[in-house]
Amino acid sequence: MKRGALAAVTLGALGAAVTHRLWSSRERARAERRRIRWQVVTINRRPEEVMPEGRLPEPLARLGESIEVQVRDAPGGRGTELGARPHARIPSGVEEVMARLGGEDPRQAVRRALRESKCLIETGEVLRADEPAARRPAPIGRPPAVAARRAGGEERR
Amino acid sequence: MKALCWRGPGELSVDRVPDPRILNDQDAIVKVTLSATCGSDLDLLGGHGPAVRPGDVIGHEFLGEVVEVGQGVRRHRPGDRVVVCSVIGCGRCWHCERDMWSLCENSHPGPGASGDRWGGDTAGMFGYPHAMGGFRGGHAEYVRVPFADQGAFRVPDGVAEMDALFASDAAPTGWTGAHLGGVRPGDTVAVWGCGAVGQLAARAAMLLGAERVIAIDRHPERLMMTERHIGAETIDYTRSDVPADLRERTGGRGPDVCVEAVGPEGAATGRPRLPGRIRRRIGPGADHLVAVREAVRACRTGGSVFVLGVFAGLADRFPLGMIMDKGLTLRGARQHGQHYIPRLLELMGKGELRAAHLATHVMTLQEAPRGYELFRTRRDGCVRAVFRPWA
Ligand SMILES: NC(=O)c1ccc[n+]([C@@H]2O[C@H](COP(=O)([O-])OP(=O)(O)OC[C@H]3O[C@@H](n4cnc5c(N)ncnc54)[C@H](O)[C@@H]3O)[C@@H](O)[C@H]2O)c1
Ligand SMILES: [Zn+2]
Ligand SMILES: [Zn+2]
Repeated sequence: MKRGALAAVTLGALGAAVTHRLWSSRERARAERRRIRWQVVTINRRPEEVMPEGRLPEPLARLGESIEVQVRDAPGGRGTELGARPHARIPSGVEEVMARLGGEDPRQAVRRALRESKCLIETGEVLRADEPAARRPAPIGRPPAVAARRAGGEERR
Repeated sequence: MKALCWRGPGELSVDRVPDPRILNDQDAIVKVTLSATCGSDLDLLGGHGPAVRPGDVIGHEFLGEVVEVGQGVRRHRPGDRVVVCSVIGCGRCWHCERDMWSLCENSHPGPGASGDRWGGDTAGMFGYPHAMGGFRGGHAEYVRVPFADQGAFRVPDGVAEMDALFASDAAPTGWTGAHLGGVRPGDTVAVWGCGAVGQLAARAAMLLGAERVIAIDRHPERLMMTERHIGAETIDYTRSDVPADLRERTGGRGPDVCVEAVGPEGAATGRPRLPGRIRRRIGPGADHLVAVREAVRACRTGGSVFVLGVFAGLADRFPLGMIMDKGLTLRGARQHGQHYIPRLLELMGKGELRAAHLATHVMTLQEAPRGYELFRTRRDGCVRAVFRPWA
């Protein structure tokens, strides 16, 4: 094979590889967003303490029929794995961004309920954050505030 | 009440804010008698640290008197003189039960839970309300202390307040570095940084049995203080090639344990500095890893390096290959104070651990913005500015 041709073939292959990688990672991200994953917390208690008589912990029970729940022993004596996921269709695209900003993404509610359940069962109460000291609103469009809310899924009451 | 609030990059002010209230049964309200500045606040002052919002009350090292307790509090009652651990822990999750309190799984209820940022939840903390769980800081007349039975410790009668204050943050941080760094009797230990944390890490190493402790900094007054009050040898890194100096002092082996107590403000050592223009292009903190890198290089083969500095983001130019080639253990942690504070207070009572000398500038809360300025610029030999909200 001539040099030029070889280079072209190699470049072509490289190009294909790059497109493939781009395509698949974007595709993967999209698939990930569509997927309704279980969100799980491990609670440092036995299953019968986590769900006495099969009753859901109060913060999860409050979400009622909108979620499904899974409970299993954690390996190595680490307690109980408590999982939940929303039945609801997960919003996507612009709708998703709006839902997350507004704190309406059902995954955020599930996540908060799981954390609260864990805290309640392990410590006896749901720990509350302080009331913000100064209620002066953060400047509009300030990125940290938005980022934190999106990342955490928890609102300050 | 009065409190020190973050108002914007480089801008602090003492403002009136609502008094804290008991929000959970396991809360106590503490009337603050002393509170101290900490190197961890420096990033935040510049405004390039983790998310802070105007109005956030800062400060996480404090001591005071219990004035109110929730109905679930067993170990404290109004009138108790307590020092409060800067990190909040529930005492009942898997990590707390194993004395890894700064990895508490239940003390971070606020926005911006760390799980998404770090890939795992970490404990809440006082004084970074927007980023670390939603808890106001200690530079205030009153503080709400969640999980008070776990996080507040009675100061024994024989212990001076100015020593006990540092059992909140600086002393347990130093102890965490030396203890989890694996210091054993007979070891040689090097500590980068002679701020309050570095000095107390050096002292912890000695109390854990290290035979030689060498502390590194550039400020003459901090080096002198470390020799005099801690009893460690020192190296001025502006006058010496630190790894070479350490090899010379340790029979060519290098220190068994290296503790980094510098943080992102780390200044370039020995090697020629980049011209200012290039440095500005790369941006501040582009090479804030100097001390960590030096510790990795200086450490003996098979030794251990412990990172105490609070580095917020990603870091490049890290000598990863040396970790494998030299068989090093690299570890870090936020302090697990609840595990160490009772012992620290006991050692303070016996006069074996002293910290009061760190309080170089004691002032009222009203003067706190000036105190932070002194602390930031290290002017006038400032190691820790300490505030008295009720003076
Ligand atoms: N892990 C924790 O829980 C925890 C708790 C408290 C503080 N910290 C961190 O520990 C670090 C030290 O805290 P501090 O309050 O003592 O800070 P500090 O700013 O008072 O002291 C840091 C010292 O490091 C020195 N230094 C700078 N560059 C150096 C270098 N290349 N080699 C040696 N020394 C150098 C400075 O001169 C200074 O004296 C900070 O990063 C702080 O955020 C961590
Ligand atoms: Zn600190
Ligand atoms: Zn805990």
